[in-house]
Amino acid sequence: MDDAGVPGLLERREAHGETSLIVARDQLVEAATHLRDVEGFRFLADVAATDYLGWGEAGTAGYWGSTTGRDANSPGSWGLARLPETKPKRFSVSYHLLRLERGAPRLRLQVWCDDGERVPSVVGVWPTADWHEREAWDLMGISFEGHPNLERILLEDDWEGHPLRKDYPIGGEPVRFSEHD
Amino acid sequence: MAAVMQHAPIYEGTRIPSPAPTLLEVPEALGESEDILTVNFGPNHPSTHGVLRLVVELHGERVVGLRAVIGYLHTGFEKTIEQKTYWKAITYPARIDYLSFQANELVFVLAIEKLLEIDVPPKAQWMRTCLLELNRLHSHLVWLGTTGLELGAISMFWYTFRERDAILDLFEMLAGVRMHTRYFQAGGLADDIPPGFAEECRRFADRMPAAVDEYEAMLDRNQIFLERTKGIGLLSADDAIALGQSGPMLRASGADWDLRRDDPYLVYDQLDFNVPVYPGGDVYDRYRVHMDEMRESVRIIHQCLDGMPEGPWIADDRKVVLPPRDELHTSMESLIHHFKLVTEGYRVPEGEVYVAIESPRGEMGCYLVSDGGAKPWRVKFRAPSFVALQAGPTMIQGSLIADMIAIAASLDTVMGEVDR
Repeated sequence: MDDAGVPGLLERREAHGETSLIVARDQLVEAATHLRDVEGFRFLADVAATDYLGWGEAGTAGYWGSTTGRDANSPGSWGLARLPETKPKRFSVSYHLLRLERGAPRLRLQVWCDDGERVPSVVGVWPTADWHEREAWDLMGISFEGHPNLERILLEDDWEGHPLRKDYPIGGEPVRFSEHD
Repeated sequence: MAAVMQHAPIYEGTRIPSPAPTLLEVPEALGESEDILTVNFGPNHPSTHGVLRLVVELHGERVVGLRAVIGYLHTGFEKTIEQKTYWKAITYPARIDYLSFQANELVFVLAIEKLLEIDVPPKAQWMRTCLLELNRLHSHLVWLGTTGLELGAISMFWYTFRERDAILDLFEMLAGVRMHTRYFQAGGLADDIPPGFAEECRRFADRMPAAVDEYEAMLDRNQIFLERTKGIGLLSADDAIALGQSGPMLRASGADWDLRRDDPYLVYDQLDFNVPVYPGGDVYDRYRVHMDEMRESVRIIHQCLDGMPEGPWIADDRKVVLPPRDELHTSMESLIHHFKLVTEGYRVPEGEVYVAIESPRGEMGCYLVSDGGAKPWRVKFRAPSFVALQAGPTMIQGSLIADMIAIAASLDTVMGEVDR
């Protein structure tokens, strides 16, 4: 694929046989439209948001051990062989694109944002993004600019917080309809 | 598009509602009249396949407004998996979709294997393929039975559950449990194939085509079934692609697309099977795709049993795979490996991957991010049911409320998977 024409392209990565294109957040819709119309990625399979808070620090969810336990990060101990690569911002939003032809060429379109920064909605490019973006808002708290109906989808409308964030307390969710509610 | 069949269009233009593609709003002209009746369909209704609530606005018997409320079965699987080691997390994806449990299990295992870059022995590959097709049959049988039930063909349910039970017996023979088998794991299978499985499986596969004929005989000349399914719930190929539809939904709209053939995984590139495609885009064509797929699955099962190679059923990688049980009594190294793997788990190299397979419901995807530790940093499942439900308003708009039941049934959604 020729990625020279992708608007706002910051970086192209190849890993595990997959291609990722990281684009500037404010040019996401232009890049998405280009990939759909020029490169033929008509099928948006998935939108996945990831929180990298605490990435590479001891005691966060991905590590073995607890905050008071071993230092999971010192190489050569029980911890990792090396520290993971640092990430540009706290959240990534990955759009998994597919071209409907033999071999199923796939592409990951990725944007990065910090807490409170808004990502342009791609519902106008791929209508299927509607619920995927609502889910990312509901569970990860990523706000999509220009989404026609950005409401919570899986949790209740009055839920507080976004559970898939790494700083969401585990086991600390409020008990509904209890006397303390 | 090369992959989309050329045929007469189902209808001109698009039916995706605007401005929100998943929301059907009452037209302004109707909104002022007092004839609009708002009906709550669900969350507990026998035909919702779980807990789905549809807020339906009716003008007479016509659906003019529709809003789906989901999340009643939200269990936070993705958050839970982040707290478990990979070894333990494999049990979770199966429980997301309780009809195609092995497909969900496989997609997660494939994602782990892609990061680990581990080689899986051929016997495990062939067995996985065989089980995936058995699982497809299982899922389609439940779909057929419940869809018949919703359209008044009550006896279908008893016939399909007869064969479904035989499939569950096979799973029980393998894993000791009938559902959520956890028979796949990174590197291969959890255990060797038990003696006698091939014979039992072949006996089942031999009688399955006759059973499919029986189902068809019951439905294909049933005038009520035909009138309630033909020309109902139209979805064009372009709309289906724009709405991200996959699997039988997409193939019943005339798009010739199947990941098993177009992006082969496991041993699908060595098997001979057809991909059924129908151009009608209605409930009846979705039924026909399901029926044809059952026949193709039986063919694949036969080929898998014929081609099943001898040899190890799991990779020989002691850093990932449990050592053989008998070694634990004689080898200190094996005992240590066993202990470390069970308590601490194995480490998966840093990276992010997206793996997709053709589950009974369509493209089942798994996005896995690892930081190099023993627990996944982030797992996101691309649930085909979740996406299928998004197409509801496009198909249901303007239809009768009774047809809404038939259309919702044809989506083949499993609410556990929608809500995850």
